[in-house]
Amino acid sequence: MNWRRLYAVLIKEFRQMRRDRMTLAMIVGIPIMQLALFGYAINLNLRNLPAAIADQSKTSASRQFVMDMLATEVIEPVMPAQSPDQLMGMLRRGEISVGVVIPYDYERRLALGQEAVQILVDGSDTVVQSAAQQLAQIPVGEPPPETDIALPDRQTTVPLPERPISIVAFYNPQRVSAINIVPGLIGIILTMTMVMFTSVAIVRERERGNMELLIATPISRAELMIGKVLPYGLIGLVQTSLILLLGVVLFSVPIRGSLLDVYIAALLLILANLAMGLLISTRAQSQFQAMQMTFFVFLPSILLSGFMFPFDGMPKAAQWLAEILPLTHFLRLIRGIMLRGANILELWPDLVALLGFVVVMMTLAILRFRKRLD
Amino acid sequence: MSESDVAIRARGLTKTFGSLVAVDHVDLTAPRKQIYGFLGPNGSGKSTSIRMLCGLLTPSQGEIEVLGLKIPAQAEVLRQRIGYMTQQFSLFSDLTVRENLEFLAAVQNVPGNKARSRIDDLLDEYHFQGRSGQLAGTMSGGQKQRLALAGAVIHEPELLFLDEPTSAVDPESRRDFWEKLFELTDAGTTILVSTHYMDEAERCHRLAILDRGRLVADGTPAELTGALKGRTLLVESANQRQARECLLSVPGVISAAQIGNSLRILTDGQGEGTAVQQKLQQALDNAEPGAHITPIAASLEDVFVSATHREAGDNAALAAAEPPR
Repeated sequence: MNWRRLYAVLIKEFRQMRRDRMTLAMIVGIPIMQLALFGYAINLNLRNLPAAIADQSKTSASRQFVMDMLATEVIEPVMPAQSPDQLMGMLRRGEISVGVVIPYDYERRLALGQEAVQILVDGSDTVVQSAAQQLAQIPVGEPPPETDIALPDRQTTVPLPERPISIVAFYNPQRVSAINIVPGLIGIILTMTMVMFTSVAIVRERERGNMELLIATPISRAELMIGKVLPYGLIGLVQTSLILLLGVVLFSVPIRGSLLDVYIAALLLILANLAMGLLISTRAQSQFQAMQMTFFVFLPSILLSGFMFPFDGMPKAAQWLAEILPLTHFLRLIRGIMLRGANILELWPDLVALLGFVVVMMTLAILRFRKRLD
Repeated sequence: MSESDVAIRARGLTKTFGSLVAVDHVDLTAPRKQIYGFLGPNGSGKSTSIRMLCGLLTPSQGEIEVLGLKIPAQAEVLRQRIGYMTQQFSLFSDLTVRENLEFLAAVQNVPGNKARSRIDDLLDEYHFQGRSGQLAGTMSGGQKQRLALAGAVIHEPELLFLDEPTSAVDPESRRDFWEKLFELTDAGTTILVSTHYMDEAERCHRLAILDRGRLVADGTPAELTGALKGRTLLVESANQRQARECLLSVPGVISAAQIGNSLRILTDGQGEGTAVQQKLQQALDNAEPGAHITPIAASLEDVFVSATHREAGDNAALAAAEPPR
């Protein structure tokens, strides 16, 4: 290893990066965009569903029930209604997602313990349906209300538990998923950007003919590969810091373990992904192919790592597959460190798995890279 | 030629890509401190040959010895001693002139204390004063090519491979470029340069003509043109097109190329010079009375046409044999 040559490659990469505005924008833009998307936009706890309420009872008790329902902010009345027929029409036309019927004899039904309120739901959207289930669990007076739904075409029956559970306890909009998502998001963003940047960076040099010049010089494979990878590693750490900072400021995400452990875990994932990017670059013939192969790795990472769906709920075969993805191990590490306050050494199996991944991938990449054109 | 005078020696050099034979049993001997040219059309195997000689491609067959080193086995040692300028501009277009040279100096192991003065000298010598901070990608074709040459010689290599260095530059830049090449050979550098320009080929000390992977001629430009003595004629007539058609039907005429108001004729060299001239004059008297024929000196273009004409004949036969679409 000749340090001067390695340093020359490093400096060259930084200079090129500084002039590549698109990449610079992506380095900062991707974390911010993803954080905003996952933190704000993608929220499985629905609020403000368009609704109409037909209160035929018009008593103080029924008005109280309506107020309780509105207080959850799950539904938002968008138009007036008098009868169940009207509500069904609105549902069919897609003007509302939820209709509430309070019958004339609301108080008598309550007293008799009969079903007192009907909630009509647009069953074509399963997310709305599950939101309405939560809505139906508002406590109403003494005997619990029962709801039933009967709608032509898009009809659905919402089964309800015997005893209504307080919706306040069950549905808490403040418990947004951001806290669970942000640590995982570090992994997602690093996986996406690191693999892509390195694989594309090397293939681009090959496409532009720079590589032919480089391999005709005395520079060694390791100098070239390591010199290419290190600057991007630094970028990865900058991204990690950015996500952590935004997560803490915007979503009050806790960092219960040590910050050093967080960075160690992040650095390992960065190196694993960079090595993977290098390996891809030894195979890909064009920048487009490099992108394709990046997504070939990225999609299973997102779907199988436990970021989107609970790991334990997946079939065994999918779990085995997930074990060879660096993101799976990183998620276990980062959630343990940030949310449960674990020490990184307590999570040693995942630490070892990531380290092993880095060593194997980097070795393969350097071995596969030839200072030849054929 | 004694062993120490030879920079490049190749025997039976062959490269196949699948069923395509890109280079077909080529033998080469390039002397030191001279400019050795590869002349040939696109796809004749010039680039592939150069890449094999500097160890970037592994030959399918044949032996290579460059600067006394066995290639490709000792390619890594060779890389310290050669400069290579690729056909496509291969410096970094998003680095400045100086940054590119700094990078190459480090990568080529030019000692740190020497590198700075070497770069300053090169910037001066290659006319980049005041431009050292300009991005390489924003320069003109001629400037890029000068920069690429400066980059290729930064470590003062013994041997320089230049793959069609002037294909994208104007005539004046080409002239300047060749002046630089002669300065380098004066200083003791051996240069192997490929080109498809006849005027550049004429400047080489020695020349190999490649056609579809095969070596069809090899020698100094004077030797090559001298071999065609008596076979080139100039025809001046009123109607060149008519004269050309008439002459092409005469057996022994290889080509008749229109050059402005005259025709340049290349014959196959069968028979005595004056007899051939008489035969042509007779043929012309019928079709184009008043046409005037004079013998002229052969050019490299004639050499090229003569060397590749057999192949072209095969080609025409092949095309004729092909079924109509």
